[in-house]
Amino acid sequence: MTITFLGTLPVMAQDYLTRNGKISFFSSTPVEDIEAVNNEVVSTLNTKTGAFDFRVAILGFKFDAVDMQKHFNGETYMNSAKFPKASFSGKITDLSKVDFTKNGTYSVTVSGNLTIKDVTKAVTTTGTIIVKDGKVTAKSEFKIKRAEYNVTGEAIHERKIGQVITISVDCTYNKR
Amino acid sequence: MRLIPLTLLAILLTSAALPQDTLDIDKILDEEMNQKKDKTELVEATFKTSRIIHGHSIENTAKGILDFKISHRFGTLNNGFYQLFGLDNATMRMGLDYGITNRLMIGWGRSTYQKQYDGFLKYRILRQANGVKAMPISLSFMAAMFFATDTSSLRNNYNIPTGVKMNTSDKLSYAYQLIIARKFSTDFSMQIMPTLVHSNVVPYSTDPNDLFSIGIGGRLKLTKRVSINAEYYYNIPGRKLEKMAGEELHNPLSFGFDIETGGHVFQLHFTNSRGMTERQFITETPGSWGKGDIHFGFNVSRVFQIGKRKS
Repeated sequence: MTITFLGTLPVMAQDYLTRNGKISFFSSTPVEDIEAVNNEVVSTLNTKTGAFDFRVAILGFKFDAVDMQKHFNGETYMNSAKFPKASFSGKITDLSKVDFTKNGTYSVTVSGNLTIKDVTKAVTTTGTIIVKDGKVTAKSEFKIKRAEYNVTGEAIHERKIGQVITISVDCTYNKR
Repeated sequence: MRLIPLTLLAILLTSAALPQDTLDIDKILDEEMNQKKDKTELVEATFKTSRIIHGHSIENTAKGILDFKISHRFGTLNNGFYQLFGLDNATMRMGLDYGITNRLMIGWGRSTYQKQYDGFLKYRILRQANGVKAMPISLSFMAAMFFATDTSSLRNNYNIPTGVKMNTSDKLSYAYQLIIARKFSTDFSMQIMPTLVHSNVVPYSTDPNDLFSIGIGGRLKLTKRVSINAEYYYNIPGRKLEKMAGEELHNPLSFGFDIETGGHVFQLHFTNSRGMTERQFITETPGSWGKGDIHFGFNVSRVFQIGKRKS
């Protein structure tokens, strides 16, 4: 007597997870270049729906310059005491291109909502999914206008920080 | 009809057996960040820069950072309008502080007053920290050496007649200081500085060469960028100089504002001290607040990153 309980099964949850994903950002102006890297990004991937979820702790961004990290987290810029996290929730819009069971490199489009300092904006970008030996790596690079997320500071520093910031994502997920 | 309880049982069993559950991603990130937090968190920025007003604060210049300091002291306000309340009489110290490691810093400077060269080392012994290995205070040790080259000023201060030759050791003095500091809140920090100044030459034969004092200093942040600072050194009776060049000596008391803006710290202050280094301002302050011997002064501090920070 086989009774199928498909009706009782919960929706297939996120099956891939990373706790040390890498997200970096880069700003370039004639005055100076600014770069910071966060290697503590937590992210999930649902290979059935193509849904991505990222959570980034602002304090996790590390800078080479000693004082830049302090200014970045301070009230004037990211105000990480009030807004400790940034997040992205979205999905691969052309999921049929990807076969998660086969090793390979796939170009995809990802669309979703990016939230920084409690401001949410829609973001669509292209990316690469690399499936290798059971691990999934997601890479992407996209640009944002920081003013849209209220990341603006004093006039004296503004010419050192580009209005457009390039964000790079490089996360390798393991199957749960 | 036995199917229904069987079905219910099966549902329960299969739900329990399913490994898939919706991940609470926020919770995972919090756990990850807290794991880092379970480590000890060092308390930073007890003061805005490595000096409170004249004297050292608990702060060290960070590793690889060069801090260029220019300090001005003008004449006393009671000089009156003709001297533009002291602005016409300025003394200056130029200095360079450098962070060798995050715990050890070195500094050099030259003051126009007495044409004095100075050098010091400051080492952070204890760092105030919260978390697993909590430490309620920060503790530093500072050692400095001073070499005054304006012999006419020295002869005047130390009663050395023109006929007598001055040796190099007569121009040397030293200061040793323990700095005990605590950042009570983001806005309020305080420190205590037991200090020993050793002067090879003193004005009178009855004066001790080892001069002891206890300093107290603090800062109160008014805004993100502006703080009000105060500094006072109490020279211990019996272990201090009383008089120099006919003037009675007093304990140094200074008040100031720190204004921080993009890589610079500006310090504006009022003080009764003439000098800017330990021997001069702690043990040889002839000015008295009561008599209006108040000097206006300012320090400018500009930091440059020289070494690369190791992440």
